[in-house]
Amino acid sequence: MKYLLQRLAFYAVTAWAAITINFVIPRLMPGDPVQALINRFQGQLSTKAIDSLYTLFGLDDERSLWQQYLDYWGNLLRGDLGTSFAFFPTGVGDIIAESLPWTLALMGVTTLISFVLGTGIGIYAGWRRGSWLDGLLPVTTFISSIPYFWLGLLAISVFAVQWRVFPASGGHDASVVPGMTWGFISSALYHALLPAITIVISAVAGWILGMRNMMVSVSSEDYVLVAQAKGLSERRVMFSYAARNAILPNISNFALSLGFIVGGTLLVEMVFSYPGIGYRLFQAVGAKDYPMMQGVFLIITLAVLAANLLADLAYMALDPRTRREA
Amino acid sequence: MAQPTDEAIATAEPATAEPAPAPARRDRTRFLRNPKTLTGLVILAGFVLIAIIGPWIAPHDPSARGPELLQPPSWQHLFGTTQTGQDIFSQILVGARGVLVVGFTAALIAGVLSVIVGVTAGYLGGLGDDLLSSVSNIFLVIPGLPLIIIIASFLPDTGDLAIAAIIGLTGWAWGARVLRAQTLSLRNRDYVQAAKATGESTPRIIVFELLPNLTAVIASGFIGTVIFAVLANVTLAFIGVADISDWNWGTVLFWAQSNQALAQGAWWWFVPAGLCIALLGTALALINFGIDEFINPRLRSPGKEDRAVRMRIGFTPVVRRDYPRDAAPAAAAPPAGPDAPDRPDAPDRPDGAEAPDAPEARGGTAPAGAADRPGTAGTDTGKESHR
Amino acid sequence: MTEPVLEIRGLDVDYGLGDSAVRAVRDINLTLHRGEILGLAGESGSGKSTLAYAVTRLLPPPGVITGGEVRYRPGNGTPAVDILDLGPEELRAFRWQEISLVFQGAMNSLNPVHTVRSQLTDVIAAHRPAMGRAARNDRAAELLSLVGISADRLGSYPHQLSGGMRQRVMIAMALALEPEIVLLDEPTTALDVVMQRQILRQLVRLREELGFSVVFITHDISLLLEFSDRVAVMYGGRIVEEAGAKEIYRDARHPYSHGLLHSFPALHGPRRELTGIPGSPPDLKSMPSGCAFHPRCPKAFDPCASRVPALTPAPAGDRSVACWLHTEHGSGDS
Repeated sequence: MKYLLQRLAFYAVTAWAAITINFVIPRLMPGDPVQALINRFQGQLSTKAIDSLYTLFGLDDERSLWQQYLDYWGNLLRGDLGTSFAFFPTGVGDIIAESLPWTLALMGVTTLISFVLGTGIGIYAGWRRGSWLDGLLPVTTFISSIPYFWLGLLAISVFAVQWRVFPASGGHDASVVPGMTWGFISSALYHALLPAITIVISAVAGWILGMRNMMVSVSSEDYVLVAQAKGLSERRVMFSYAARNAILPNISNFALSLGFIVGGTLLVEMVFSYPGIGYRLFQAVGAKDYPMMQGVFLIITLAVLAANLLADLAYMALDPRTRREA
Repeated sequence: MAQPTDEAIATAEPATAEPAPAPARRDRTRFLRNPKTLTGLVILAGFVLIAIIGPWIAPHDPSARGPELLQPPSWQHLFGTTQTGQDIFSQILVGARGVLVVGFTAALIAGVLSVIVGVTAGYLGGLGDDLLSSVSNIFLVIPGLPLIIIIASFLPDTGDLAIAAIIGLTGWAWGARVLRAQTLSLRNRDYVQAAKATGESTPRIIVFELLPNLTAVIASGFIGTVIFAVLANVTLAFIGVADISDWNWGTVLFWAQSNQALAQGAWWWFVPAGLCIALLGTALALINFGIDEFINPRLRSPGKEDRAVRMRIGFTPVVRRDYPRDAAPAAAAPPAGPDAPDRPDAPDRPDGAEAPDAPEARGGTAPAGAADRPGTAGTDTGKESHR
Repeated sequence: MTEPVLEIRGLDVDYGLGDSAVRAVRDINLTLHRGEILGLAGESGSGKSTLAYAVTRLLPPPGVITGGEVRYRPGNGTPAVDILDLGPEELRAFRWQEISLVFQGAMNSLNPVHTVRSQLTDVIAAHRPAMGRAARNDRAAELLSLVGISADRLGSYPHQLSGGMRQRVMIAMALALEPEIVLLDEPTTALDVVMQRQILRQLVRLREELGFSVVFITHDISLLLEFSDRVAVMYGGRIVEEAGAKEIYRDARHPYSHGLLHSFPALHGPRRELTGIPGSPPDLKSMPSGCAFHPRCPKAFDPCASRVPALTPAPAGDRSVACWLHTEHGSGDS
């Protein structure tokens, strides 16, 4: 329990830090960025949008920095993430709410698949060290060095442009109305397949390497030798003794790597024009839609924190040492 | 992150759990003899060379438009041309410099920060450690790439150095974390305690006793950050956040993407840049494998001879060799009367007879101490470490 | 003397293969008799643990057995088996059933993520598939009570137990299948002196009840002499002397055994002068010529530096020694 409370406190502090960073960044910009933006949008910005811009960049002279900070928090707590320029007058929150399910589905499923698959292969590769599985290592190293988005480009050019077996972009067929219908779901799955395969191939290599090395290290622990001395079956020694322990640090690494994985996955969305928040971020960057960028960043960070919490719970369930009575 | 306790950290980084005798005193050439490291270093050297001389050997001006539009690779244009007739081969050659400069500058900034934060936290302990560890954990959990994108898009100037600074200032946390764990385990070693007891100042202990033994870990963190920085830099250029007037491999991909290279089937426009990124990343990762195996010998792959016999934990192989016997195996049997003491085969054997089997000249595989503690020692260290 | 239960003949163990191999254990001949406690003594690096792990084929890479045989005689008319000839599946069935081990450092010997119950019952399940779950649990509780731990500790995880308790759990585990032989590798090194003797007395008592044989390895020679029936002293990968515990205490023949005996205070018996042995153990990679002990030996003379003395039975009494002093004198043959 104590452990869980510590973790929750840590996530609370991290969330506060991320939100505060979000508040500070626009205020660090030199010059008058609002005027630059007004010029850029050539009078298409309403007075309300210009006001919110002054607030965003902290150029609202009437209020002290502290008051601005409180206002910022007040807006956040009301769920008001500001107004998007690019999709004016839609609120940032609405756009994110519409895009988030796409991202969560794509990212959640692919991350889970690549973790499970990579860990499984890594267990065998680490246990059967010196066998043909070691030949996988150079290949996985190479694959894990490829940027996700470039693999996406390659996948599109081969499977969508050359062979036309998969759609090159979008989250579903334009002719299908989104809803809980078979037509929509099958279309969404079909569109998700190529991005998903891209992510899994990119991500799985890292898990294989990590788990293999962990298995190799754990295999020389005394309790594995004891398990062999006890004459237990190969399966039992491999899974219940070696892998069961090797997976613990791998779960920690999983949590730590989420930030990197999320970054890579967002880029895959951009390449595939997949209607998730990664694509929104890409559009926002192109349009200098600052409120949108900030909203996306906050949501991504909070989602990563939530995923970390899940990983913590998994870790607690798997490692009795964290369940120590407080 | 899921590891709150120190035990968990110790298992998370096996390298730190038992870096055994001071790595600084180990045989450094073993690191260079590792084929993985060597391959990595050779490829990296090739890219560094291109980064230096690229702009001079580029056959064309990378930005100059030409008459041949969107041509596949030919002898005239090795990697083909863009929609406006620019030579992609020249863009790749010229672009290498930006990629490497940003990668190494960012890693340098992050490396210095991670050493300062990690070593201080690990050495100080207590409240200072808690504080610094929390800060690095926060930086680890906040997704790096989105943060970098946000900061970069707010900045008016996004030249190479600005990008490198952003990546360096946000990417130090992983290294700091590993260094902290490693420092923690070194702090209580005898030689550090001895230095403390003789009244050496803290900075002196850190610089002369700790840092030399952290070299491998620092190097590994540095290279890891270079990989991350290269990817982040290319990504920023690709999505158009970084200054697209500077050529780098990401910029090539940016133009390819925004000119619909995919839909036009112009594979040559984006394949070379991606392959270069992957190759550079592989080279750096190979160097890091070498460092990992250097720090944690358990990870070392079996040597050529060892592959002939399957070495498995828990099933010691029996490979019969015909070693000369000391004497008849009668010794331990129930006393059968005095054995002839001067058996011709035993006492006559000069020590030289053992020479082919006594590998005094070869270090590396089995230490003297291994004999008594098969559980841990059998894998570690060369001869110098025993001292 | 009872019949032999384990006979080691000409055992060689290397670390590594080919030319870079280091010879860790050379030409060991040793017999364990039924019901006996055989002590293995020697400094770190003398090869005593290597020998024990090699006998059970548990020596981790790069350890390789390069010669000899290890005959296990189950008794009651069953033919002997050579452990070195067993295939992986035969070895699995053989292990723990016939020879079990208690490793040094109980903290690392128990799997940190499983309960004591699970670690006691999994070995029973593996070797006695016919036994039901309830019977296995009963057996686990019985085993714990055998070593003086209450059955409600079955649900504990290793980190919840003290060091002494963990080691007792390991001993309980070693007795789970009532093996013929129990190998103890520094079983009490990490514990305090009181706990050490308590646990070892318990073991001796259990041996009398259950009738297994013990190979007991420790660097603590006073413990070794107190609890062993016979003692084999190892140096540089070879056995240099083997004799009854009393004989070796009264009259160690090999200068190394003598030195070893005088580097520890005896807890019982008359006080003796402590001398210790000058110098340090040999490096296995560059073994001295002749008798490996000669550079440190106070009594070294002509043949010691050039010729390896063989382990030779003494003319009288059940003991042997590998030393030129005693070969010349003992046999009177030169």
